Amino acid sequence: MDTLPLLPVIIPLLCAALMTFCYNAPLALQRVMGMASVALLLGVALLMATQLPGQDHLLYMLGGWQPPFGIVLVVDRLSVLMLVLTAVLAGFCLVYASRGHDREGAHFHTLVQFQLVGINGAFVTGDLFNLFVFFELLLIASYALLLQGGGAARGRAGLHYVVLNLIGSAFFVVAIGLLYGVTGTLNMADMALRIAAAPAADQPLINAASLLLLAVFGVKAALLPLLFWLPRAYIAASAPVAALFAIMTKVGIYAMLRVFALVFGLQEGLAATLAWQWLWPLALATLTLGAIGVLGAANLRGITAYLVIVSVGTLLAALSLGSEAAVAAALFYLVHSTLLTAAFFLFADLIGRQRGEALDSLRVTAAMSQRKPLGILFFFGAIALVGLPPFSGFVSKLWLLQVTADTPAQGAFWLLVLLAGFIILIALSRAGSKLFWRQPEQSADGPPADPVRLGVVAGMLLCSVALVLLGDPLMDFTEAAARTLLAPADYIAAVQTLAIDPLGGGLTE
Amino acid sequence: MALLLIVLLPVLGALFTGAFAGNNARLNSLIAMLAPLVSLALALSLLPAILQGELVLAHWQWLPRLDLALSLRMDGLAMLFALLIIAMGLLVLLYGHFYFSGKPKDNQRFNGLLLLFMTAMLGIVTSENLLLMLVFWEMTSLVSFLLIGFKADQRAARRGARMTLVITGGGGLALLAGMVLIGQIIGSYQLSDVLASGDQIRQHSHYPLILLLVLLGAMTKSAQFPFHFWLPHAMTAPTPVSAYLHSATMVKAGIFLLARFHPVLAETDLWLYSVSTVGMATLLTGAFVAMFKHDIKGLLAYSTISHLGLITLLLGMGTRMGLIVGLFHLLNHAMFKAPLFMMAGIVEKATGSRDMQLINGLWRYMPYLMVLTGICAAAMAGLPLLNGFLSKKMFFAETLQSPFTGVLGWLTPTLAAVAGLLSVAYSVRIFHNVFFNGLPRDLPVFPPRPPARGILIPVTVLTLACIVVGLVPQYVVHTLLQQAAHAALGAPLPAYNLGLLHRFNLPFLMSALALTGGLVMYLYRRQLFAIYDRMPEVDAKENFEWLMLRAGNFAERQVHRLENGSLQRYGALLVATCLVLAGSALTGLTTWGGGVTTPADPVTVLAAVILMAAAVAAVVIHRQRLLALLLIGTCGLFVTLLFARFSAPDLALTQLSVEVMAVIIMMLALSFLPQTSPRESSSLRRLRDLILAVATGSGVAVLAYTVMTRPAQSISGFFLDNSLTGGGGSNVVNVILVDFRGFDTLGEITVLAIAAMAVFALTRNLQLKERVTRESGSYWASEPHPVILRMIARPVLPVALMVAGYIFLRGHNLPGGGFIAGLVASVALSLQYMAGGLVWAHQRMLTAFRPLIGAGLLLALATGLGSLAFGAPFLSSWFNHYHLPLLGEVELATALLFDLGVFMTVVGATLLILANLGNLMTLDGPGKEIG
Repeated sequence: MDTLPLLPVIIPLLCAALMTFCYNAPLALQRVMGMASVALLLGVALLMATQLPGQDHLLYMLGGWQPPFGIVLVVDRLSVLMLVLTAVLAGFCLVYASRGHDREGAHFHTLVQFQLVGINGAFVTGDLFNLFVFFELLLIASYALLLQGGGAARGRAGLHYVVLNLIGSAFFVVAIGLLYGVTGTLNMADMALRIAAAPAADQPLINAASLLLLAVFGVKAALLPLLFWLPRAYIAASAPVAALFAIMTKVGIYAMLRVFALVFGLQEGLAATLAWQWLWPLALATLTLGAIGVLGAANLRGITAYLVIVSVGTLLAALSLGSEAAVAAALFYLVHSTLLTAAFFLFADLIGRQRGEALDSLRVTAAMSQRKPLGILFFFGAIALVGLPPFSGFVSKLWLLQVTADTPAQGAFWLLVLLAGFIILIALSRAGSKLFWRQPEQSADGPPADPVRLGVVAGMLLCSVALVLLGDPLMDFTEAAARTLLAPADYIAAVQTLAIDPLGGGLTE
Repeated sequence: MALLLIVLLPVLGALFTGAFAGNNARLNSLIAMLAPLVSLALALSLLPAILQGELVLAHWQWLPRLDLALSLRMDGLAMLFALLIIAMGLLVLLYGHFYFSGKPKDNQRFNGLLLLFMTAMLGIVTSENLLLMLVFWEMTSLVSFLLIGFKADQRAARRGARMTLVITGGGGLALLAGMVLIGQIIGSYQLSDVLASGDQIRQHSHYPLILLLVLLGAMTKSAQFPFHFWLPHAMTAPTPVSAYLHSATMVKAGIFLLARFHPVLAETDLWLYSVSTVGMATLLTGAFVAMFKHDIKGLLAYSTISHLGLITLLLGMGTRMGLIVGLFHLLNHAMFKAPLFMMAGIVEKATGSRDMQLINGLWRYMPYLMVLTGICAAAMAGLPLLNGFLSKKMFFAETLQSPFTGVLGWLTPTLAAVAGLLSVAYSVRIFHNVFFNGLPRDLPVFPPRPPARGILIPVTVLTLACIVVGLVPQYVVHTLLQQAAHAALGAPLPAYNLGLLHRFNLPFLMSALALTGGLVMYLYRRQLFAIYDRMPEVDAKENFEWLMLRAGNFAERQVHRLENGSLQRYGALLVATCLVLAGSALTGLTTWGGGVTTPADPVTVLAAVILMAAAVAAVVIHRQRLLALLLIGTCGLFVTLLFARFSAPDLALTQLSVEVMAVIIMMLALSFLPQTSPRESSSLRRLRDLILAVATGSGVAVLAYTVMTRPAQSISGFFLDNSLTGGGGSNVVNVILVDFRGFDTLGEITVLAIAAMAVFALTRNLQLKERVTRESGSYWASEPHPVILRMIARPVLPVALMVAGYIFLRGHNLPGGGFIAGLVASVALSLQYMAGGLVWAHQRMLTAFRPLIGAGLLLALATGLGSLAFGAPFLSSWFNHYHLPLLGEVELATALLFDLGVFMTVVGATLLILANLGNLMTLDGPGKEIG
């Protein structure tokens, strides 16, 4: 059995454990270790991508225990996509943080690696309880990262974040308990079979559990009305942490996709699951709130935080259609929106560094020492975020519009997505004009931006260009990912190959 | 390839000008003009073929999945526009070179942006793919934004730029929707396919929507009523920009779109009424307001609006001849309007002002410019022998033959004549007011500086063009126009002859009437100005800003209302959501119980009652924190007892030690808080919380009851069967923890490790000065520790550690294990803290907690990875039994090593948390790092 699926969890865990053990290792060494770990993660994820054409699922049995008894890891294209995205994003964030942010608090690099354990673990596991464990892991690590640097604002935002997420965790356990009680298993493939075969009398319990899971994942994904922890947390967090958090909402979305497509959608498909019926209105409401928030935000970080919410709303609205095309387009949009919103959190920091007390506030006029290069970057980044051509925002939006055409959802989806784009256009053009064009009389003579930081932001924006120029292979990949995701029977069959007894039936009473 | 080069050369030129010749303005402009010159040559090389009626196509793949392809087409219509765009661009670049003389940086930026814009415009007109056209369409909006905001230090420029972007960008979004709808209906985004599917689209139920969306795109771009207001405010752009974008090219993009989609969307009543109404409204509004603008560029902007309206009206009437006239006028408008803008720039540079109340009598200073302006203004007014006369007369002729009947049938030509009259008036004004009308007044620069000779070249060229086209249109533009109209219509053209247009007929009479009326109107201008000044002034930009501000404030208020920073509210929302979601599903539940029950004995019932009472009491008295904590401890204790009662000794042991540690840590935390907390919630809110709590609690109880009374069927049987044979231990719980689901345990100890690291990071720099000074001496560090506790604590330590060791070792087979042992050891060690104080304890123990945590994790990991070395999966266990003399049978299992890792992590993590929280309370506060 190939160990590849295990590595996304083990590499950062080993790195974090080493860093904990040598807690007073020089910062330079910690930086190198962290980046080496991320580079390895990227390599492993890409290696798995090359193996996927032969088989749709890479499997790993922990401890050699067969499913459904032991824990299995299952990696399919969706997992690989998320793993690659996480590694790329983490790489950018680490480089950026290594220019000084990692001094602000203790054990920054250790905590980032722990965080990666949690995120990656959630992407590879095939076991519902194991998913819960990784959710806890990434929650506590992200809480610690959020508090990096200290301060009252972070403390308050962090408290909101952790309390709401712990309430969510409690419901997660309730839901898992329910499902275990009804199906007697934790392996998701096995559970899917048992749910499909469950007597009608059990159906309300299964439904209740599935909707609780929707709420639990909704907290993570920032679905209205469970998203209120997000804006302040992202605004308060230090820039590289906020940028890394751009993937966190996507973990929630991943969990929704995986659990509802596999566990609850085996029989009638993802779109027919009860949770998916609820998702559509909630996603549209999320999208609307996000757009309003973008317009009302007082600083660039605030705008970006609400842009995250807009992207979640858009994504979930598209996903709620449940068709293969919609999921494929949404996954492409997911990659785009994660990278771009992350880039803007870093960018807000870069701008804030040049404006003294004003930071990235849009209410205060402040001089900037490097108006031109930053302004040009902002212009391109904003185009990409608004969804104007020729960057990835346009392409991904276009694809979303095309796949929603000829569906009953077309009217509402188009209207809201285009209106949101319009509002973002207004907000970002105003922000850009205020930050870069409106300058006080005296010019600033602050230090120029750190070239590495500038390079990181530019690099992330270049990813947006790459998504357009080389978008086709990635689109192939997301389409294949959507196809495998929406074929849960194949997933189960793959897990079945490891089991001795037939899944879903061969019980020891 | 030639096609692609035509489009891309300007942007390549832009890159070159950006890269080279930064400060050498002449070199910079030369490079900038070279690229479009080559483009022009390439376009001209295609011209003969196009004039033959050929269609040149080029196609490259881009994103086939989206049908977004790099496909270009050159036909008559595209050629007409392309030549216009490139030629005007060249002239404006030349003009700009002199306009920006002495400001090489500005010149460079202008050149670069203008070339970029040229590519975007060329892209629009040559796109064969609708989506590609959209790409270029939005590019023009974006570059125009930058060009209008060229002088970004001026508030007006910033606002004008933003307003333009919002209007045209918004229109672009509508157009996007329209294009995708078209693609959705006919299944292709290639223009050739679309143009061939006119009937299919017009008969589709989405046709009105598509028309609306496409029109929104075109109307915003071409400054049509009611979106016309951005154009005057775009005049804050440097004059060369206005001459190019806002008279000759960008504003014509909307017209191009209408012409391009003519075969698809036109020739319906809906098109007829909507487009021509908009066109007429724009025509009249623009012409009326233009007369009264004192700013030269303002007048020109409104006149541009009115001319665009005229063209739209012509296209809207949907007749084939109308289209030809529209295109002809579009060409003529560019020829006479651009030099007028250029004149405005020259005058502004010469006098420092654009205000026609100040600028008078310039003929003395710039006689040559006066002649040129006179000709162009005459063309704009529609004087015979000039190009404007021809197209305007044809326009009048078209209005006389409009498809309208009844009132509209005679109203249309009447209004057209009125508009003609107004246009004569403002044409006369711009010429007479600037160059005659007495003497200059209070000019910022006086006497006016004579313009550079070079700057007059482009003006002269365009003026000559006006004359040539006016005199011999049939030789100059006829064929191209014919091919353009043919390409736009996709149908045979009606017969007409441009050369015969100077003859006298009814349209000629209308022209003459307009001329006389306009002159008369200009003569009475003072009275008209007085009337206009009394009309309420509408400043579109102020209104727009006001609207934006209101929208922003509204959004901010709404967001603050929802996201109000109240954790209680967010929590309530979360709980309520879960309640509604799960509740909605549970309504389908038919039977609660599943029939399987365990008989309740009195002791269990009593314990349960106490448990519930303690929980309720904790809620009721939660403001007295210490008491509440004790009650929570009570709950924990009774849960422990219940675990024990239902034969789960491992759980009971774990729960017990967790409870102890949790209460100790919470006690520490409580010492930072006041003894009681004030009542802050309103009674309404408490009622809300009560309802939520009761409902959620009952909900969970129902779920638990329902699930637990069902006959169970689970994988647990496998664990019971395989624990000893496969896992080497008879304590199934422990084997599950370290073997079957060791991966979960690895995750959980990682959580613990992270939590400890988080507490460390959080408390490291935390200053709680207030508390320390206020109540100094009343806690751990300084308080003499109770003697009895000290005396007991010391002998307890070795015993407790031994117990921990025992629990650890037996864990694999009997209740116990690394986790419980770790907690027991931690409790014993923390007792030393309590008894002796932090300093005392640290003098006597190793405090390398972080390395301990790290080592624990590493050990657990290494155990797992070790199995890889033997070719087994991660965390596979190995065990064997040995018979040793004296000791008897001994089992060696890798699981024990893993469990040791768990033990170390637990001890390290709990002590790290405890020591750092305790450290906060010492008099010195956080000093030296602990752990």
